[in-house]
Amino acid sequence: METLLLSRIQFAANISFHILFPTITIALGWVLVFFKLRYNSTGQERWMEAYRFWVKIFALSFALGVVSGITMSFQFGTNWPGFMEKVGNIAGPLLAYEIMTAFFLEAVFLGIMLFGFSRVPNWLHTLATFLVAFGTMMSAFWIIVLNSWMHTPQGFEMIDGVAHATDWSAIIFNPSMPYRFAHMVLASFLTVSFLIAGVSAFRWLIGGRTAGVRVALKTAVYAAALLIPLQILLGDLHGLNTKEYQPAKVAAMEGNWETDTGVPLILFALPDEEARENRFEIGIPNLASFILTHDWNGEVQGLNDFVTADGEVQHPPVNPVFWSFRVMVGTGLLMLLISWTASVMMIRKRRGIEGLPKPMLYALVGMSFSGWVATLAGWYTTEIGRQPWLVQSVMTTKEAVADVPAPMVLSTLIAYLVVYAVLLVAYIAVIFYLARKMSRGEHIDTRVAPSPAAQPKAVPAE
Amino acid sequence: MNTFGDPTIWLPFVFAALMGVSILIYVVLDGFDLGVGVLFPFANDEEKDRMIASIGPFWDANETWLVLAVGLLLVAFPAAHGDILTALYLPVAIMLIGLILRGVAFEFRAKAPAPHKDAWNNAFFAGSLMTSLSQGFMLGMYIMGLEWSWMNAGFGVLTAIFLTVGYSFIGATWVIHKTDEHLQRKAVDWAKGGIWGLVLGIGAISLATPFVSERIFDKWFSWPSFLYLSPLPIISGLLVVWLWWMLRRMPFYQDRRSWLPFAAATALWVMAFGGMAYSFYPYVVPEQLTIYEAASAPESLFIILIGTCIVLPTIMGYTILAYTIFRGKATELRYD
Repeated sequence: METLLLSRIQFAANISFHILFPTITIALGWVLVFFKLRYNSTGQERWMEAYRFWVKIFALSFALGVVSGITMSFQFGTNWPGFMEKVGNIAGPLLAYEIMTAFFLEAVFLGIMLFGFSRVPNWLHTLATFLVAFGTMMSAFWIIVLNSWMHTPQGFEMIDGVAHATDWSAIIFNPSMPYRFAHMVLASFLTVSFLIAGVSAFRWLIGGRTAGVRVALKTAVYAAALLIPLQILLGDLHGLNTKEYQPAKVAAMEGNWETDTGVPLILFALPDEEARENRFEIGIPNLASFILTHDWNGEVQGLNDFVTADGEVQHPPVNPVFWSFRVMVGTGLLMLLISWTASVMMIRKRRGIEGLPKPMLYALVGMSFSGWVATLAGWYTTEIGRQPWLVQSVMTTKEAVADVPAPMVLSTLIAYLVVYAVLLVAYIAVIFYLARKMSRGEHIDTRVAPSPAAQPKAVPAE
Repeated sequence: MNTFGDPTIWLPFVFAALMGVSILIYVVLDGFDLGVGVLFPFANDEEKDRMIASIGPFWDANETWLVLAVGLLLVAFPAAHGDILTALYLPVAIMLIGLILRGVAFEFRAKAPAPHKDAWNNAFFAGSLMTSLSQGFMLGMYIMGLEWSWMNAGFGVLTAIFLTVGYSFIGATWVIHKTDEHLQRKAVDWAKGGIWGLVLGIGAISLATPFVSERIFDKWFSWPSFLYLSPLPIISGLLVVWLWWMLRRMPFYQDRRSWLPFAAATALWVMAFGGMAYSFYPYVVPEQLTIYEAASAPESLFIILIGTCIVLPTIMGYTILAYTIFRGKATELRYD
């Protein structure tokens, strides 16, 4: 394989591995703030029990996010020097602001958040928790500003082949940024909701029926049920925005080859990129037109519009985009089904978690990492959907790649993949190990916390 | 006339200085926690826990200085970032995998089942070692002008070993400050065993640097810059003698001034780094690309600078807060 493809696979591997952990920490930080605030106001130990368990998962996820993120910052130079040379004047300040306003905030206050509970006043510990959550959010904001700018660039001019910023507010508030940022933050909250629900269901199933598990599971299921419809709505808005600025991506998502009116929504098909048509297509008539134009007979652009007269293909590869999109939507619908069913069961029987039958608990365990699947599939849709462009209509991916010998890239790629596979297994194993350990009642300490409304500690088992 | 002079001159200079300061803070701060990792095999299980506790609240933020340094290189000197990192492709990859291993081992060793703890301890050591060695190798290659040849790679191996021993030295001085009794005495021995790495490392780099380029040779040995430069080696020499004198007498009565070796080691780093910065200025890629040629557009640098002026003091502030909260001897790290 040649350097370009290997470098792309390596970047994809690194960034896919990396995004798993911020996806958890962005929202989990706020969940911890919520637990901490509930504890502060009620003084109930169950909130602190939930906090103490999930702060460990947070620490683990944060460490994995930091180290895989450092890898990302070096990859720009080692594999993609053309990117910064051409658009560095825009990407640079955005990355710098991420480091300065987010990374240090998170990293410094993380120490206080994790190990400072008995060393600092309670308000400072709460503040540290808040600042860490705020930092992760800032970090997500800046990096999504940059990513969105790569999809919908504006506010710059090209001088001698190098981009120069002309309007920073246009760069920051580029057309796709609000949608992408909101979509990602909600994705993070959904990922965390299902992770907390799944792990709590697991603890409940193996007998760890503490008040902390109860409150965590309830919070998570209700949060998921509330957020998933919002996410579906937002995804639709994001899609409309994409249709306006990157019609080729939408055409690939829909598997739509010819520009037409009254385009069907394709549920299943095998897009054939050689023949430029779909095989075994099953679709709902006119629905794609309706979703994308809000008119049953609206016109939707097809992929064939993005082939130049001399046959150069300027649209993304269809199959990966088409399928990633379906995986994302499918997972989202499954999330809707499960979270609503579980919520209805809990509300109707008015017994909270006890109202959930065993199969539902197993289903929740099975959905623990569903957020990862949907998030990755979503990112693949949007990122592969941007190809062949690296910065839409400004530079292609091919222009940016470093001339590193292919065998060298291959060897580092294999090394990264091995490390990532081991770490992923270890990460998931440790989460469930900690869950089992807590359920066995080990490590539930008897420390007396300086709490604002000190109350007797809840009995862990019942 | 623009009162600030020409922004294409002063902005790159300011950013080179900022990057230099970030690298310096990084090698001191992550230097000590990498060093603690390198010293891991010499400690028993209980001591390992204590050593981890001494760096636990800090390592994350320490590593962020590397992100800032490479980030500043990336954003302020994009052309140099590409040149340097592509030339150092392999050592960078090894360093990154090392950083990954030690960062996660830190978390996993405390959370994984007890039988796996040894494996994660080993990963922590291996990761710290890989990171230190590859950083030292990159330092050597950088001094040699980023040209791959057997001789340059050989020099890189030498600096790799010296920097690793140097990190273990500053790591040992950190442990001296953060612990007491048996482990502290052990750390004094480690520091005594490690100081030669620093001395030889600084020596080797000082010997090699002027011979890599005529420009640097002239800069060093011409009058009067020779005079301005002379305090660096003299102060460094005095610091080494003072360190040796202290280490032979430590721990002091009632463990007073246990922070002195760490402070002296930091001063030594500052001297060495100052010398290097002086030699290589104005080049960011040695003898090929100056900071002025490699710099981003002034309007982009300016917008970063505004943020930096506001944010950097804040970062300093809360970093000091964190070090103050976790000051004193390292105790058991607890989540509650």
